[in-house]
Amino acid sequence: MTDVLPLETAASTAPARRRTRTPFRVRYDLVLAGAVLLVIVLWAAVPQLFTSQNPLVGVGAAAHQAPSAAHPFGTDMIGRDLFARVVYGTRSSLQATAVAIAIAFVASTVIGLVSGFVGGVLDEVLMRVVDVMLAVPSLLVSLLLVTALGFGTTNVAIAVGIGSVAAFSRVLRSEVLKVRTAAYVEAAAGTGARWWDILLRHVLPLAITPILALVALEFGGAILAIASLNFLGYGAAPPAPDWGGLVSDGRNYLATAWWLTTLPGLVIVAVVVSANHISRVLGESR
Amino acid sequence: MLWYIARRVGYALIVVWAAWTVTFILLYRLPSDPVSIMLHGAGGEVASRASATQRAALAHQYGFDRPVIVQYFLLLGRALRGDFGLSVQNHLPVAKLVGQALPSTVQIALLGLAFALLLGAGVAIAANYSRNRFLRGLLFAVPPLTASFPTFWVGLMLLEVFSFRLGWFPAVGNDGFRAAVLPAITLAIPAAASYAQVLSRGIEKTLREPFIDVVRAKGAQRARVHLVHAFRNAMIPALTLVGLTVGGIFAGAVVTETVFSRSGMGNLLQASVNSQDIPVVQILVLLSAVAFAIVNLAVDLVYPFIDPRIARPAR
Repeated sequence: MTDVLPLETAASTAPARRRTRTPFRVRYDLVLAGAVLLVIVLWAAVPQLFTSQNPLVGVGAAAHQAPSAAHPFGTDMIGRDLFARVVYGTRSSLQATAVAIAIAFVASTVIGLVSGFVGGVLDEVLMRVVDVMLAVPSLLVSLLLVTALGFGTTNVAIAVGIGSVAAFSRVLRSEVLKVRTAAYVEAAAGTGARWWDILLRHVLPLAITPILALVALEFGGAILAIASLNFLGYGAAPPAPDWGGLVSDGRNYLATAWWLTTLPGLVIVAVVVSANHISRVLGESR
Repeated sequence: MLWYIARRVGYALIVVWAAWTVTFILLYRLPSDPVSIMLHGAGGEVASRASATQRAALAHQYGFDRPVIVQYFLLLGRALRGDFGLSVQNHLPVAKLVGQALPSTVQIALLGLAFALLLGAGVAIAANYSRNRFLRGLLFAVPPLTASFPTFWVGLMLLEVFSFRLGWFPAVGNDGFRAAVLPAITLAIPAAASYAQVLSRGIEKTLREPFIDVVRAKGAQRARVHLVHAFRNAMIPALTLVGLTVGGIFAGAVVTETVFSRSGMGNLLQASVNSQDIPVVQILVLLSAVAFAIVNLAVDLVYPFIDPRIARPAR
C-alpha cells in the first residue's frame, strides 16, 4: 500500500513538472553566437553592403593608420582598408571551409556508417586505420597532402577536409553504434522494416542533433586549420585577401601596427568560439 | 606485467610501421607525379631543363619505374636501415637535416609540455578548490575559450606584448632559455586548455564519489582531499590526454617556429612543404607518429603505478 502510492504520484506528476520546469527561455549566448555566424555568412555573400572601401586598391596618403571611424580596423602599409580586406576575405575562407567540411563529412559518414552498421572484421580494419591516422596530428596530414597536391585555396581545403576524416569518422561510428543498438531500432528491425527505412525514419531523426553538433565543431576546427595553412603561405595568391593570410601579412609590422595582426585574428577567434559554443550546446541538449 | 609491456611495445611498433605506410600512400601514390613534384621543388628552371633521361634516372633512384609493391618494400627496406634518402632541395641526407633540427624543437616542446602540465593542473585544482562562485565559473569557462584561439595568433599576441611592448623576451632567434620561453608558452596554451578541462571535470566527478566522504569523515583537511585523493583519481584520463596531445605539440611547433623565426623541425617542415621536398616531409610527419608512439608507450607504462588495477589480467 505505502509503496504503491509514491509510485503512482510520481508517474502522474512527472510530466506536469517537467512542463513547468522548462519554459521557453531565450538563450542569449546562442543568439549571440548565431548572430556572429550570420554576419560572417552575410560578409561572404554580400561584402559590398558592409564596406564601401576597395579591398585591393589602397590610398597612399591613408597608409599605416590606426583604427578610426573611417577605417574601423585601420589601414595597412599601402593604405588599404583592413576591415574591407577582412570582409572581402571572408568568402574565400568560408568557401574553403565548406569544401573541407563536405569532404570530411561525406568520407567519414561512409566510413562511420559502414563501420558501425556492418561491424565485424570490416569495422576492426577501418578503425585500426583510423587509429593510425589519429597518431599523426591532422595539421601534419594536411601539410603532407598540400605537399602532394600543391598550393592554392582548393588544395588547402581538400587537405584540411581529408586531414579531419579520421577524428570525424571515429565519432560518427560511435553515434551510429549507439543508435543501432537502441531497443527501438532492434524492434523496428524485428517487425520487418527494411534497412533504409530504419536508417531514414528511425536512426536519422535521432542522430541529427549530434551530427549537427559535430558539423559545428568541425566548422570551427576547419576555420582554424585553413587559417593556419594560409598563415603558413599555402593558400590564396597574394593580392586576394584571406583571414590567415591577413594575419601573416601583418607580422612584419608587429612592432608598429598592432591592428594588422590583432583584429583579423580576433575575427577568427569570434567565429571559432561561436561555432564551438553552438556545438557544445547542441551536444548537451540530447 | 611483462606480457603487458611486450604488448604495448608491439603496438607502438605497429603504429610507426602503419604511419609510414600511410605517408607512403599519400605522398607517392596520390594521383600526382612525384618526379614532377620533386623537380618542381628543386626549382622551376631545373624542372624545365630536366631531360627525359634525367627524369627516368630520378624515377629509377626512387623505384618509381617498378610496381607499387616493389617501390613500397624498396623504400621501407631503406628506411629500416636508416637511409631516408636525400633532400630534393639541397641534396643533404634527410637524417642529417632532421638531426640538426631536432634539439631546438625538443627544447621548446619539453618546456611547453611542462608549462602546459603546470598551468592545466593549476587551473583545474584552483577551479574546484575555490569557493568563490565567480572565480570558479571563470576558471571553468576560460580553458574551452582558449582552445579556440589560432596558435599563430596567440604567438603573435605574446610577441607583441612581451617582446615589443615590454621587452622582456627576445622576439626572434634560438639562443638560450629566454628565447625559448614565449614559443613554449604558445605551444602550452592549447595543450593546457585541454588538460585543464579534463582534469577539472575529473576532480569534480571524483569529489562526488563515496570514498571522498569516507576520507572527509576520517578528518582529512580540505586541501588533502583535493590534492591527494581527488587529483590522483582524475589523473588517469588526463595522462591519456597528454599522450594524445604530444603530436599536437609538434604540429603546433610548425606554426610556432614560423611565428618566432626559430630554426627547428617545424621550420624545416614548413620550408620543405614550401619546396615540395617529399622525402623530408615524409620523415618529419613520420617522426610525429614515432613521438606519439613513444609517449603513449611511456604513458601506458606509467598507468600501473597510478592505478594498479590496469596491468592486472582481466579475470
